[in-house]
Amino acid sequence: MAYTEQDLVTMDSIIARYPRKRSAIMPLLHFTQSRDGFITGEGIELIAKKLDLATAEVSAVSTFYTQYKRKPVGEYHVGVCTNTLCAIMGGDEIFSGLKDHLGIENDGVTADGKVSLEHIECNAACDFAPVVMANWEFYDNQTVQSAKDLVDSMRAGKPKPPTRGPDSLPTWKENSAVLAGLNDGRSAEGVQAGEPSLLGLKISKKGAKG
Amino acid sequence: MTKLMPVLSAHWDEKDSFTMAGYKRHGGYDAAAKALKMEPDAVIQLVKDSGLRGRGGAGFPTGMKWGFIPQGDNKDHYLVVNADESEPGTCKDMPLLLANPHVLLEGMIIASYAIRAKYAFVYVRGEVTHVVRRVQQAIEDAYKAGYLGKNIFGSGVDLELVMHVGAGAYICGEETALLDSLEGFRGQPRLRPPFPAIAGLYARPTVVNNVESIASVPSIIANGAEWFSSMGTEKSKGMTLYSLSGHVQNPGQFEAPLGITLREILELAGGIRPGHQLKFWTPGGSSTPIFTADHLDTPLDYEGVAAAGSMLGTKALQIFDETTCVVRAVLRWSEFYEHESCGKCTPCREGTYWLVQIIQDLENGKGTEADLEKLLDLCDNIMGRSFCALGDGATSPITSSIKYFRDEYIAHVTNQGCPFDPHASTLFAGTKVGA
Amino acid sequence: MSAEVVDMITVVIDGFEITVPKGTLVIRAAEKLGIQIPRFCDHPLLEPVGACRQCLVDIEINGRAFPKPQASCTIPVETGMIVKTQLTSAVAKKAQEGVMELLLMNHPLDCPVCDKGGECPLQNQAMSTGRSESRFTGVKRTFEKPIHISTQVLLDRERCVLCARCTRFSDQIAGDPFITLNERGALQQVGIYENQPFESYFSGNTVQICPVGALTGASYRFRARPFDLVSTPSACEHCASGCSLRTDVRRGKTLRRLAGDDAEVNEEWNCDKGRWAFVYTNAHDRLTEPMIRDASGELRPASWPEALAVAAAGLAGKTAAVLTGGRVSVEDAYGYSKFARVSLNTNDIDFRSRISSVEEDEFLATKTLTLKTSYRDIDRADSVLLVAFEPEEESPIVFLRINKQVHKRSLKVTAIASKLSIGNEKLKSNFICVAPGLEAQAVANQELTAKSVILVGERASESVGLLSAVVALAEKTGAKIAWIPRRSGERGAIAAGAIGQLLPGGRLVSDAAARVDVAAVWGVATLPTALGRNAKEIISSVNEGKIGALVVGGIDPLDSEDHQATLAALKKAFVVSLEIRPSAVTQLADVVLPVAVVSEKSGSFLNWEGRARAFDAAVADSLQRSDLRILSMISDQMKKPINLSTVKAAAKEFATLASWDGASSTFTSCAPIAQKKLSAHEALLTSWRRLLDEGTLQQGEENLAGTARKSVVVISPKRASAIGVVDGDKVRVSNEHGAIVLPVLVEMIHDDAVWLPRNSRGSHLLATFGVASGAVVTVVKD
Repeated sequence: MAYTEQDLVTMDSIIARYPRKRSAIMPLLHFTQSRDGFITGEGIELIAKKLDLATAEVSAVSTFYTQYKRKPVGEYHVGVCTNTLCAIMGGDEIFSGLKDHLGIENDGVTADGKVSLEHIECNAACDFAPVVMANWEFYDNQTVQSAKDLVDSMRAGKPKPPTRGPDSLPTWKENSAVLAGLNDGRSAEGVQAGEPSLLGLKISKKGAKG
Repeated sequence: MTKLMPVLSAHWDEKDSFTMAGYKRHGGYDAAAKALKMEPDAVIQLVKDSGLRGRGGAGFPTGMKWGFIPQGDNKDHYLVVNADESEPGTCKDMPLLLANPHVLLEGMIIASYAIRAKYAFVYVRGEVTHVVRRVQQAIEDAYKAGYLGKNIFGSGVDLELVMHVGAGAYICGEETALLDSLEGFRGQPRLRPPFPAIAGLYARPTVVNNVESIASVPSIIANGAEWFSSMGTEKSKGMTLYSLSGHVQNPGQFEAPLGITLREILELAGGIRPGHQLKFWTPGGSSTPIFTADHLDTPLDYEGVAAAGSMLGTKALQIFDETTCVVRAVLRWSEFYEHESCGKCTPCREGTYWLVQIIQDLENGKGTEADLEKLLDLCDNIMGRSFCALGDGATSPITSSIKYFRDEYIAHVTNQGCPFDPHASTLFAGTKVGA
Repeated sequence: MSAEVVDMITVVIDGFEITVPKGTLVIRAAEKLGIQIPRFCDHPLLEPVGACRQCLVDIEINGRAFPKPQASCTIPVETGMIVKTQLTSAVAKKAQEGVMELLLMNHPLDCPVCDKGGECPLQNQAMSTGRSESRFTGVKRTFEKPIHISTQVLLDRERCVLCARCTRFSDQIAGDPFITLNERGALQQVGIYENQPFESYFSGNTVQICPVGALTGASYRFRARPFDLVSTPSACEHCASGCSLRTDVRRGKTLRRLAGDDAEVNEEWNCDKGRWAFVYTNAHDRLTEPMIRDASGELRPASWPEALAVAAAGLAGKTAAVLTGGRVSVEDAYGYSKFARVSLNTNDIDFRSRISSVEEDEFLATKTLTLKTSYRDIDRADSVLLVAFEPEEESPIVFLRINKQVHKRSLKVTAIASKLSIGNEKLKSNFICVAPGLEAQAVANQELTAKSVILVGERASESVGLLSAVVALAEKTGAKIAWIPRRSGERGAIAAGAIGQLLPGGRLVSDAAARVDVAAVWGVATLPTALGRNAKEIISSVNEGKIGALVVGGIDPLDSEDHQATLAALKKAFVVSLEIRPSAVTQLADVVLPVAVVSEKSGSFLNWEGRARAFDAAVADSLQRSDLRILSMISDQMKKPINLSTVKAAAKEFATLASWDGASSTFTSCAPIAQKKLSAHEALLTSWRRLLDEGTLQQGEENLAGTARKSVVVISPKRASAIGVVDGDKVRVSNEHGAIVLPVLVEMIHDDAVWLPRNSRGSHLLATFGVASGAVVTVVKD
């Protein structure tokens, strides 16, 4: 897509956050992903130009990090944690269940472009295992069925809300902008903490009362 | 019986705990105001006196790290907070930032003041959008409140604080890889020396600290070094977050003084899931050699865990019961390390590639007993030969699991396959939704 | 040179003590003891990286042992250090063997078809350090192989051991980060960005330092086995940088050239032109036998005796002059110099087949040979001023040397030019943008110190008063000057006296004592006394009938400003041409004598420093004769012998004349000219030759040509908007002689200027415009 004047201004504001402009390469990649949906040649060339880098230097960085996608993902990108703990607790079954249900493989996208699927590494929510992420929002304590219901809701255009996240699920591009450090004003939505996060605190308080 | 000690998590049960109002309600930012009236060196001394050690895994004394920054060198100094929490099993910093990002910011203000940094960064992993939102909003609110920017707290001190969002690379949790990533390069570890304290971000003196370490600082300033050091054990002071996950009745976060045992935490959490027994566990994430039921009473502090042959790490207590195939668990971790190896050095890049193939064969019943020796020898050729600790970490689950569960590996060979039913390990075992 | 004081440190390696300068890496201290620690990523000219882990050794310092083996390529020696390598430490030995096994695990077993086989560090070290059998029985990593990363470099990712020498070289040394490490972990691989090939002037160095066969050059691929090659140390003929080379010949044919090691000059690098532009030496149209023009006006083959006789007869009794071209060796130049004086009795000799000026005549006669500036001065300079000189294009090793200091210590570089070049961008130069012709004023305004170095290029002769301003600036500030011509033979030609005002060794033609001195060595009674004409004057004298014969060695009439006049002169005079391949001169010559190329003879060049760069005949059994030998034969025939039948004899005789402490002349300065008035569509031409262009010696190497920078017209944003063009639009640049149409590039250039490449595809300025700089041209949208 063509970048608008406003986009270029936004990119300059991202660059201005840093004492040295090369540091802006990662948020700028997130930003171009929020515009293009994935890392495009146009995005790489634009970033290289903005940062006075060779295009190879930008593509070298973009290929190092798994969140930068080489090809389009779905409007809702679903990641199933299959690192050891989640896998054993059910992540493997959820992942294979979703592959069957959606008829796609790892890194695949449904034909309608709504849902893409990826097995992901530990997402720092092990006390909520098994964990599924969608557009990098938390869907905690999933089962095979709840995960299927979730992707069905996405395909129906009304995705279920995250368990610890905003009140409704933003799109892939919308969340990519958040990762570029662009505030979408939704930080106050959702719970402050999930139940497991509060477990020790609650036990401690109970103990103190008792 | 060690008592839980919620400090960082003390107010997470309040709905607005993550807001400026919620934080201020319990004295938020008072510690920063107090610290800014102290001499910076006095702040460093206080943190040294508290005995606070790094909560990101290595356990290096935080105050000493700050003290390494050369003063009066007329160079820019930087504080960088490592919020790239990605070690498998580790899940303390993300709930902390979700529930209370301000305590980190306050800690960063204090730390920056102490090391004379005018610029601070928090490097948040990229796969946690809502955490990113909360941190971003907190930073904006702190700027509005005059706690960040020019002349913070009216002290004459300036501080810029920038959130930098990662993009999916475990290696960026390694502090020098994180710095390269933050400078806009591929996140590969740097040669040391020079250490970050001398030449870190932009080749300037830099302190890199874990989220929990920095978040602990406001309470130390507010309550004093003695208060903090009164908790914990002889060389492992203070309270910390233990993250319990896996086959337990109630997983979750437990903030307790260092030195608590898994037996004590399990008791609080209602034990292993009903009808099952503890088989193995990690004391501090997948890179720390596994423990078994024999280690239930090991004090979970830096020295205690080390003495028992592992590392405290991130205090990520991943619990696996007897339904779990240890070879499968180790295979998955090995695949993780292969996926996350940065590629810079030979032992880790090639070694993890090979490890996975051998363990895959073992798990699938295609291995031999000789493969076990090959595996151990390969681990010996990776451990201590790699550029950074990622390669070492990759060998930990393998060598420790063979140490405790050699027979189970052999059983895969003699059985010509995995003797375990993976469904039995799932949370929904016995229900109809199984694969 | 003053000795620099360095702290020395004594360490023990495998039981042997060695004392080395502080800062020496363990791996190099071991080398001094003859202990070879295996390595891949380590390279003495690249920053340590410690990536491959092949060089692990056990180290203890003052009794405290490191808990694990350390990469010896990253650790500097320390007092009290005891190192145990694979020779004395079982741990180090096992660690090295372990790393080697891992490196070989994914490496293909294609050594029999790999160009590197036989000279491969991986192969060699697998023999010294590897297991006899791999324990890896799994699935190897595979990639498409090979892929072109430029027209001249191919990448085989399966063979790559990811040492990152190539990427580090490109970034740290060349400043061209067009190849990078991509992907991660086991999938990590070297690569380019898909739309930007590895078009660096220095890309060939990555092929040379690749420790495996991952990077190969298109021109050498599958051509030879290292053990079939005969290698000869040589010197590069392409420019005045003066690179040491190694020329590898198989059955009389040069198959490849490599950068030689010379810490004082090119370190271990060279440019792609020096590496790959040698195809001309094997060209099918090489002249192999003498030719004479017969009565019908046709050239016909002749025997050597016949051709020499015709040449001698034609030259005898005529007023003759000599044009040598800028590429001759010192010994050949000396031969021409002596031939002119002894055999032709004239000082009319000039080596400059390019634009020159009377001001330059003056500068060359009075200054050049006194300049003692060297590469080391660049290393030590507190600032470098570039005047009429684009190092990356015109003397690429000078560029690397400056860039090294820019990279290492942010050396301050200032460039006075009309257009900001890619090279100056890479050097982060302070760019002083002036209109073409007004450089002199800008030079006068520079503040330099005695530790500054002024690098002035041959194009300074194209701007009146510029050399004068440079001389004045140096006198005022004490800064050192280096005059850096483009061609390899120019400094040597001056020293040899292949110029009208100078005899060998800088002796003045005008100085009677000097003439006596030279005449004595030459065994002749007298030498001609009239000051020699310069090339331009020689041409006009021919056309005016004052000169009747020309001896011409390797010049291209299209390199001169008024090539019509040059061609007319060649037509008019009796011409003896010494050439390697047919040229425009051949068509007009009366006698054509084939000469040896640099690989077929021995000799030397003087690089810009004045440093001798000797070369041996790489093709040992060539039948071709050097210019010197042929001149000697003609002189014999003329009965005015120069008695220089061998290079050795010439070198020996020249050595006796090389220095002179007699009379010298002082520089007379020239005043700059005033600014030219321009109308709306007019601009002042500025240009330089690109390193890779349509130069004669680059012909036939298409792989190399494929990486040349594209021909463009460069104008400023202001001019672009005035004539309504954007990047890529066609622009027409013209004067009364002709027009050039090329795509436009809007860049940092003086608003009054327009830049075109001087001799690139579709852009031959001298041939088209008759001028190359400073002149008014019209610039319009095409």
